[in-house]
Amino acid sequence: MSQNLPALLVVVPLLLAPLAALSGRAKIAWGIATAACWWTLYAAISLLLRVQESGVIRYSLGGWEPPYGIEYRIDLASAFVALIVAAIGAVTIPYAGTSIAKEVSEDRAPLFYTAWILMLAGLLGIAITGDVFNVFVFLEISSLSAYSMIALGQDRRALTSTFQYLIMGSVGATFIVIGIGLMYVMTGTLNMVDLAERLPMVESNRTIPVAFTFLTVGITLKLALFPLHLWLPNAYTYAPSAVTAFMASTSTKVSVYLLLRFFFTIFGEVFSFEQMRLNMVLMPLALIAILAISLVAIYEVNVKRMLAFSSVAQIGYMVLGISFGTVLGVTAGIIHLFNHALMKGALFMAMGCVMYRIGSVQLDKMAGLGKAMPWTMAAFVGAGLSLIGVPLTVGFVSKWYLVQAALAEGQWFVAGVVMVGSLMALIYIWKVVEVAYFQEPDPDHEIIEAPLSMLIPTWVLVIASFWFGIDATTTATVATQAAETLLGAMP
Amino acid sequence: MIALGLFNYWAVIVLMMVGFYTLIARGNLVKKLIGLNIFQTSVILMYVSFGKVEGGTAPILIEAAEHGAEAAEPILYSNPIPHVLMLTAIVVGVATLALGLSLVVRIKEAFGTVEEDEIQSASL
Repeated sequence: MSQNLPALLVVVPLLLAPLAALSGRAKIAWGIATAACWWTLYAAISLLLRVQESGVIRYSLGGWEPPYGIEYRIDLASAFVALIVAAIGAVTIPYAGTSIAKEVSEDRAPLFYTAWILMLAGLLGIAITGDVFNVFVFLEISSLSAYSMIALGQDRRALTSTFQYLIMGSVGATFIVIGIGLMYVMTGTLNMVDLAERLPMVESNRTIPVAFTFLTVGITLKLALFPLHLWLPNAYTYAPSAVTAFMASTSTKVSVYLLLRFFFTIFGEVFSFEQMRLNMVLMPLALIAILAISLVAIYEVNVKRMLAFSSVAQIGYMVLGISFGTVLGVTAGIIHLFNHALMKGALFMAMGCVMYRIGSVQLDKMAGLGKAMPWTMAAFVGAGLSLIGVPLTVGFVSKWYLVQAALAEGQWFVAGVVMVGSLMALIYIWKVVEVAYFQEPDPDHEIIEAPLSMLIPTWVLVIASFWFGIDATTTATVATQAAETLLGAMP
Repeated sequence: MIALGLFNYWAVIVLMMVGFYTLIARGNLVKKLIGLNIFQTSVILMYVSFGKVEGGTAPILIEAAEHGAEAAEPILYSNPIPHVLMLTAIVVGVATLALGLSLVVRIKEAFGTVEEDEIQSASL
């Protein structure tokens, strides 16, 4: 079995998904989804350990030798991303059990969990596959299931925001297929390693820059880089709470991984950064995302929407790290990818608890919540500190690496923008703290603390965000090694 | 002549732009979806054109005995991989369209309209 673990990581959830759909009962479907999530966590941990021990795992699906068959190729970067996805899935699924029972009707819940498992399988598939067309297939599996989960939100605007996401997401995916097709027609292969070998031979042909451009637009749309982020705020705001927590910490992260995979492994750093000048595009957009979108977040009165805008700004940090094109920069990007998954997951889960008790996440409805729901708001503050980048939290580790990477390049201005972005995060987190702790609660409503089944998963992420902030050696080592493999600094 | 030889690709570009324009410019959600579908279909045509080899036949093993003397010369095949890939893309396109249309049905139930501007004024 352990030999087939790469395939089983994806196949087990894919097989469990129809079972959840057939079960017909919310509780049973939830049980199956939990089994799927915990299985993938086990598989992802053992794959990461094996990659650390014995290097890249190559697995030919169905015994077809690459490049003819589909190959799963797991190096440190893919194992790390797969672990993030699986861990967030395993933490959010107990939370979803309680939260979804309230937000999604009983007869739709089994289908909801089916979509949840499929999304998990799709995201894991993207992380470990070594075949570019397979990437597209998994991308569409995860996107289509994400659309159907968002559409189950209570507000009717969930439907229109899903529609917007569906249109933009499909255009992005189609751009990626066009890019893949143009690469295939020039090289005759879909295997990533093969592509990386053959692309340099044909890169003087105009088709390759065109393919590169299509892929850049498609992937940056999927990861919601400014100005292609328009689908994200509404989708995150109106989706069921558990879905927002799961999606915000996984789906855009996997797209960032795709960016790394395509630009460093397949096209190579030299082509992407020296010939195509990718940094000239990514860096300004990332800086605008950090400044402009943080400003939008400050003026937002719906807290979930505020956090969604903050996600766009945080994606700016990840892309900023990548845009340096150095080992230090890419390390910063990968570390922030992990850290942001922890803190934004915790923040959205805390908001889910608020939604569970008071049925709204508008700022003015949250007056005095610090007294009524002490644990929930404490979790919000804890994860909020991390978002700001206070020392001893993961946010600080990310910012530290980012600023170091910027200073190593002599980019003082960029380092300054990172600092200003942190201050802006302080302002919008403080707005919530002020309302929750320093305003008197509405005496007519009796509000009690959220159920333990929601609080515990939230606190797991909050504690993790402090744990990895105090002792960042594990994440930093893995991220540095992953960055070195991506940039080819290490064999 | 070159322009004519690339006829398929001109068709791809025209279809792609027609679809993309409809997708952006139309306010009716159903028309938007049709535009999206045309846009995706143009990619299918593009891949199929990639795989076609002039004078090539379908990639099926042909027994030498049936052809007698002719079989001595090698048989030219078209590349089947892009065609197979597009089977997957067609499935994805159908799934996207089905999901999109079912969303439109629910939007119609919730808002009473499928026009984008009317929905926007209703959501405020």
